Amino acid sequence: MSVMTYREALNLALREEMRRDPRVFVIGEEVGLYEGAYKVTQGLLKEFGAQRVVDTPIAESGFTGVGIGAAMVGLRPVVEMMTFNFALLALDQIVNSAAKMHYMSGGQFNVPIVIRGPGGPAAQLAAQHSQSMETYFYHVPGLKVVRPTTPMDAKGLLKASIRDDNPVIFIESETLYSVKGEVPDDPEFLIPLGKAVVRREGTDITVIAYMGMMYRAMEAAEELEKEGISVELVDPRTLRPMDTETIINSVRKTHRVVIVEAGAGFAGMGSEISAFVTEQAFDDLDAPVERVTGANAPMPYARNLEKLKTPSKDKILAAIRRVCNMNGG
Amino acid sequence: MAVTKVVMPKLSEAMESGKVIKWLKKEGDRIQGGDIVAEVETDKADVEMEAFGAGVLRKILVPAGETAPIGTLIGVIAEPGDDIAALLASAPAGAGAASAVAPASRSATVTPSAPPASVMRPAAVTSAPAAAVAGVVQGQGGRVKASPLAKKIAAQTGVDLRLVQGSGPGGRIIRRDVEAAGSSAAPAAMPAAVAGAEFEDIPLSPIRAAIARRMPLSKAPVPHFYVTSEVAMDRGWELREQLNALEGQPKISVNDLVIRACALALMTHPGVNASLQGDAIRVFHRAHIGIAVALEDGLITPVLRDCHAKPLARIAVESRDLAERARNRKLRVQELSGATFSISNLGMFDVTEFSAIINPPEGAILAVGSVRRVPVVDDTGLGVGRRMALTISCDHRVMDGAMGARFLQDVKRLLEEPLRLLV
Repeated sequence: MSVMTYREALNLALREEMRRDPRVFVIGEEVGLYEGAYKVTQGLLKEFGAQRVVDTPIAESGFTGVGIGAAMVGLRPVVEMMTFNFALLALDQIVNSAAKMHYMSGGQFNVPIVIRGPGGPAAQLAAQHSQSMETYFYHVPGLKVVRPTTPMDAKGLLKASIRDDNPVIFIESETLYSVKGEVPDDPEFLIPLGKAVVRREGTDITVIAYMGMMYRAMEAAEELEKEGISVELVDPRTLRPMDTETIINSVRKTHRVVIVEAGAGFAGMGSEISAFVTEQAFDDLDAPVERVTGANAPMPYARNLEKLKTPSKDKILAAIRRVCNMNGG
Repeated sequence: MAVTKVVMPKLSEAMESGKVIKWLKKEGDRIQGGDIVAEVETDKADVEMEAFGAGVLRKILVPAGETAPIGTLIGVIAEPGDDIAALLASAPAGAGAASAVAPASRSATVTPSAPPASVMRPAAVTSAPAAAVAGVVQGQGGRVKASPLAKKIAAQTGVDLRLVQGSGPGGRIIRRDVEAAGSSAAPAAMPAAVAGAEFEDIPLSPIRAAIARRMPLSKAPVPHFYVTSEVAMDRGWELREQLNALEGQPKISVNDLVIRACALALMTHPGVNASLQGDAIRVFHRAHIGIAVALEDGLITPVLRDCHAKPLARIAVESRDLAERARNRKLRVQELSGATFSISNLGMFDVTEFSAIINPPEGAILAVGSVRRVPVVDDTGLGVGRRMALTISCDHRVMDGAMGARFLQDVKRLLEEPLRLLV
């Protein structure tokens, strides 16, 4: 077990998988000579050479298509999006080619590709570069969507994604790259896709969150402990396929649910979680499911407005107290 | 095209109408066969109603809180595409029909000659308490706001949500409210008496109403005769104390001894274990004994089956279980009917003797008094003994005095030579 940053954990995962399997290669903008816009691919060009660490023009649709083609003929590409906002330019390749090729070829081709990069609200990157991108992908049958919250998850989930035979959308976060945490040294350490994790055990309420929102929910949970509210924190880790079982089991224990998501809420991850919780655990609910989401607006650039738009610890605290009927109401 | 009718079930011999306590499914809900769709309050117990078909609960005809005669269509389960218009048209005019009709038809009262089951005698008796209970809710049209979990817990613990004050948002009843209500299960349902008033009218509870309706059907048409005998309980008492001193053995009550004695005696006197069925006397070969249990608002007679085949310890365990569940209103429907003989024991109230009213169609009932310490004279002179009076009430159409007396003599012998109860 070593302590390292989230960025280093991703780098280690790529390095280990490239060493293990010669079919694995990295392709994207600035991944080679510049060693990645966020330095996730640092040192890879030097170790693996230009044939396996491929710099591309600024052409997301083009290099994503190259990756899909390579995957169809047997390689295991890892396509880096400099940020996931740019993945919109490759949406047709991802949604109509990567996700559907296995189905439309009658199983003749599978597409073992990983498309990775940072996404989600960041710090003062403004409307076009600060948004929850997972919503565009987890609706699509044929894709897997991963959001790793900790350095350990970053390593274990990226390695599992590379080894998966299906296209995986792997969305990291600018704001988490420097977060440090313990990471297993074992090159065979994998975290299976589709498995949620209970990050904190509690008895009064289940709070579901991932990425930056999980860290904020953790702070809220510790504060509420002093008030006698015991919060259980569940991190889905993989958004598609979703580990509904772990979430439902938690709801059956606590009978109350708050979902925290950074995105704008409407038709968001919270809507989906709320729906299946209501469908599968209705009789176990003692209060309506509540969502704490980003405001229904583009992300402002101004710091004060950015703060208003984003779910804060105070908003999370208020929602939990409300659902636990601790406001005297 | 599978349309399933949900009808008010006939859950006991005596049942004529039932009240929908609540619907556990709402219109539009998908139902699997076997799902519990509603809870129904009958004369004697609250009962869960299972759906016998699958589909969507398309229509609720009798809403929660209303009463309907048995056999009334109270809901329809069908697939969304199924045409249920004709079925709905054939239903009695409107959901409220049953209780609306009630006051008028009630004036016909009960005529003993009428076979109870075939007469449509809707709602009359029970509609009164229904209205009274509704009055306790803060006048919000019968709709109770409660969380799904609160409803589930209430259904399991028998808490009436209409009587619970909600502490959630907008007065919603949440888990803690139901749990608090369950732990303090209070008889708060009765309207408070006005200070200084000369009298108050307490509406009949469904169980009281059932007793009021049923007892005249017994006492008037069934010609009762009574035979009383005194039993020396010294040895029975001693045996019971010895048995109860044994570690790990169930506690035996005097009533358990009486049940066991009656079960054995009924096997040798089948004529007492009998019932008038039109122009025949049906003699039962098994002793299913009804045990009267006093409740706050009436009494109920759960049935201990096959007593003749059960050892004393088992009778003790099962009769205690039945009595406890009777007091908690947790009896199952099948435990409330089918007795071939009944026992009513008022011994705990320091009663010398009394006589009981037969519960038709049974042929006899045994009334058990207290075990009293009394002066007795035997061969050695004056001493103190334990005595208990037994009075059997018999249906003279089924048996005669001598038959009842011989039965009672055997019960007395079994209790006075109590080792016979153990073999």
